[in-house]
Amino acid sequence: MSYVTRIAAGSVAAALVAGTALAQTGWAPEKPVEFVVASGAGGGTDNFARTIQSVIATHKLMDQSVVVLNKGAGSGAEAFLYAKQNAGDPHKLIFGTNNAYLLPHVGKMAYSFQDLTPVASLALDEFLVWVKADAPWQTLPEMIEAAKAAPGTIPFGGSQSKDTDETLVALIEDTTGADFKYVPFNGGGEVGVQLAGGHVAGNVNNPNENIGQWQAGAIRPLCVFSPRRMAAGEPVFDGKGWGDIPTCAEQGVAIDSYQMPRTVWLPAGVPPEATAFYADLLKKVSETPEWADYVAKTSQSGVYMAGADLDKFVTESEGKAVAVFKAQGWTAN
Amino acid sequence: MDNFSLLMGGFGTALTPLHIALMIGGVLMGLVVGVLPGLGAPNGVSLLIPLTFSLDPTSAIILLSSMYWGALFGGSTTSILFNIPGEPSSVATTFDGYPMARRGQPTRALTLAFMSAGFGALLGVVVITLLAGWAARFALRFGAPEYFAVYFLAFAAFIGMGTGAPLKIVASLSAGLLLSTVGMDSVTGVVRLTYGFTDLLGGISFLVVVIGLFGLGEILATVQEGLRFRGVASRIRLGDVLATMAELPRYWATLLRSGVVGTWMGITPGGPTAASFMSYGVARQASGKSGPAFGTGRPEGIVAPEAADHSAGTCAMLPMLALGVPSSATAAVMMGGLMIWGLTPGPMLFATKPDFVWGLIASMYVSNVVAVILVLATVPLFAALLRIPFAIIGPIIVAICLVGAYTVSSAGFDLWLALVFGLVGYLLTRLDYPLAPLILAMVLGHKAENAFHQSMILSDGSLGIFFSNPLVASIMAIALALLILPRLGGLRRRRNPPEVVE
Repeated sequence: MSYVTRIAAGSVAAALVAGTALAQTGWAPEKPVEFVVASGAGGGTDNFARTIQSVIATHKLMDQSVVVLNKGAGSGAEAFLYAKQNAGDPHKLIFGTNNAYLLPHVGKMAYSFQDLTPVASLALDEFLVWVKADAPWQTLPEMIEAAKAAPGTIPFGGSQSKDTDETLVALIEDTTGADFKYVPFNGGGEVGVQLAGGHVAGNVNNPNENIGQWQAGAIRPLCVFSPRRMAAGEPVFDGKGWGDIPTCAEQGVAIDSYQMPRTVWLPAGVPPEATAFYADLLKKVSETPEWADYVAKTSQSGVYMAGADLDKFVTESEGKAVAVFKAQGWTAN
Repeated sequence: MDNFSLLMGGFGTALTPLHIALMIGGVLMGLVVGVLPGLGAPNGVSLLIPLTFSLDPTSAIILLSSMYWGALFGGSTTSILFNIPGEPSSVATTFDGYPMARRGQPTRALTLAFMSAGFGALLGVVVITLLAGWAARFALRFGAPEYFAVYFLAFAAFIGMGTGAPLKIVASLSAGLLLSTVGMDSVTGVVRLTYGFTDLLGGISFLVVVIGLFGLGEILATVQEGLRFRGVASRIRLGDVLATMAELPRYWATLLRSGVVGTWMGITPGGPTAASFMSYGVARQASGKSGPAFGTGRPEGIVAPEAADHSAGTCAMLPMLALGVPSSATAAVMMGGLMIWGLTPGPMLFATKPDFVWGLIASMYVSNVVAVILVLATVPLFAALLRIPFAIIGPIIVAICLVGAYTVSSAGFDLWLALVFGLVGYLLTRLDYPLAPLILAMVLGHKAENAFHQSMILSDGSLGIFFSNPLVASIMAIALALLILPRLGGLRRRRNPPEVVE
């Protein structure tokens, strides 16, 4: 019996034992799966990947073990380049945000969106406008008026350059004609503290990045860039909770939605059965109480998308962002 | 005293058999990852995070922080014995620790390092206990210009009293600054100096350079000098450990000053690596011209960076817990853990989760004492490593260096970088170029550049922002004084030659 046939016989036996799980998709990982995270250790994407790792371990959703690798260089480009170098390898899952499809537009990256296979998106992170607690503005339009009165003087902090935060600030400027002074810092936590200390006048942090400072009453939210108000939850400060924050569209700013998906990808050229296997696995993860807990604690919207839904979301989100990049002259090609 | 009763409650939480076992286990694991260069505390802690999912948050943070302390201690061991810093923050310990070990006093060097490290850590915890609330508010006052001022202060303190030819210091410093600009710049989003190599996108890892310059460079130098580690014939006795401990009170001034420098850098938050360099520079400056030169195995040269490193490492926990701003890579990973356990770092953590916060602070007292005892017990063991013939230990060190360089970011490219910097390190040492300014520039260069760039955006390009409020102006003034005064002092001394002490 040759080596190959012995392995084949072995897998048939394993398939018989594993039974139901394999019957559904016909494919399962044969060796430990790498979770490649497009951010440094401790970032939002890192927490996203490690939470999924812990849910898979707790509920024993996969037979193979999971190894987490952080490849966050170049705003996460390192992880997607790694996917390109490992084309066709179904044992490498890449964890990112919308950076997966936006990075190639703003920088000359050695990968393109075609090098990735979409698997699923598990949550949408919200963006809010935050100001210091004692700031004179109660709504976003008031702040925008102030910026129009004194163009280029009100400093807005955000993480990284030409990334989601700066894109949103540019989108506000393009939509309303205001002119802010954007200052890039290294991460959302840092931007939150810079605002609490009064070194910048506003930021567009995700809920999770600013909740600590809001609890302390150092800063407050003006509005959220979401089609509808966020889930109510418990009060955070002064009797107000996430559900009490008006949407920016309610306040009269014509940006009805700006959300960041938490996405999972495979390299290009993997078997469709593998994509189906992971989409199914992540679907199971998204239905556990631990996942609901993570989504609630980080104040994200737990929306699961895969297949055509995900493609539609990506196309729309990409289109909006690229329009801003063009207006700002950031496009690389 | 409010904090005091909270702390006593914390001791109640920390001193359970499970928690003490976690501390011992954590410190031991930390020692192992600290001793291996490149593996380091951040990697070690992130490897442990999945194991903490089943623990309650207080037990989990005690395990992770104990591992951090163990790694900080372990990092000094290889710095002193083999000139290979296990952790970025123990680079400055090599300057005098390694020469002292080579002179045949490895036990003395290790004991000095561990005892002053323990002192620094305890000083840091005491400061956290007393000033938790105040220090967190103080850190809020640091915007971009203040950050730049702190980095500038670290540069000024270290460079101001540099020994060696000024032009060579400038050359080494510039090379370091140049290397720190490689990769993506976070303020402009532009990719710089990568020449199309995707491996350079994230920049050149400072740890890989250190492993090459110090570890491999030293091996090459040893090979040239006859395949022998010098100072091998030392006898190792437990008595030496005790004698060195008795010697320690003599350096009380250095200990205290370095502890204060470290505490300040931990809170502000400049981080342990900057703290150890700055403290080394200040100690050199304070010692004047008396006694043997720094860099030849002077005790203060070991005491200063170690005490500062550990007090900063301890104090770095404070901005992480109270503001959600980690001032060291390890603190960043622990903060990620905090969020996975469902805790939100921020000013309210102290109010909403007092058990957690004060349990952690109390555990810092206990686990640092545990760590000092454990490492002191292993000093003779580690020092005995130097008695192994070079033919055996040399290849092992090369293997450890390369494994370390690979582990930093699991990239084969880094192995070539380490080899290249090994050659560069050997050549620079032969030509009498100081390596320390290069390392300092690599550690702080990018952060200083970012802070400078952000300040310039805020002020529309006016340098006046660095003197725009009393805080930033006084830090800048101290930094300029440290840079300029030694030159004037040197002139004065030439007229009145100092008496030679010791």
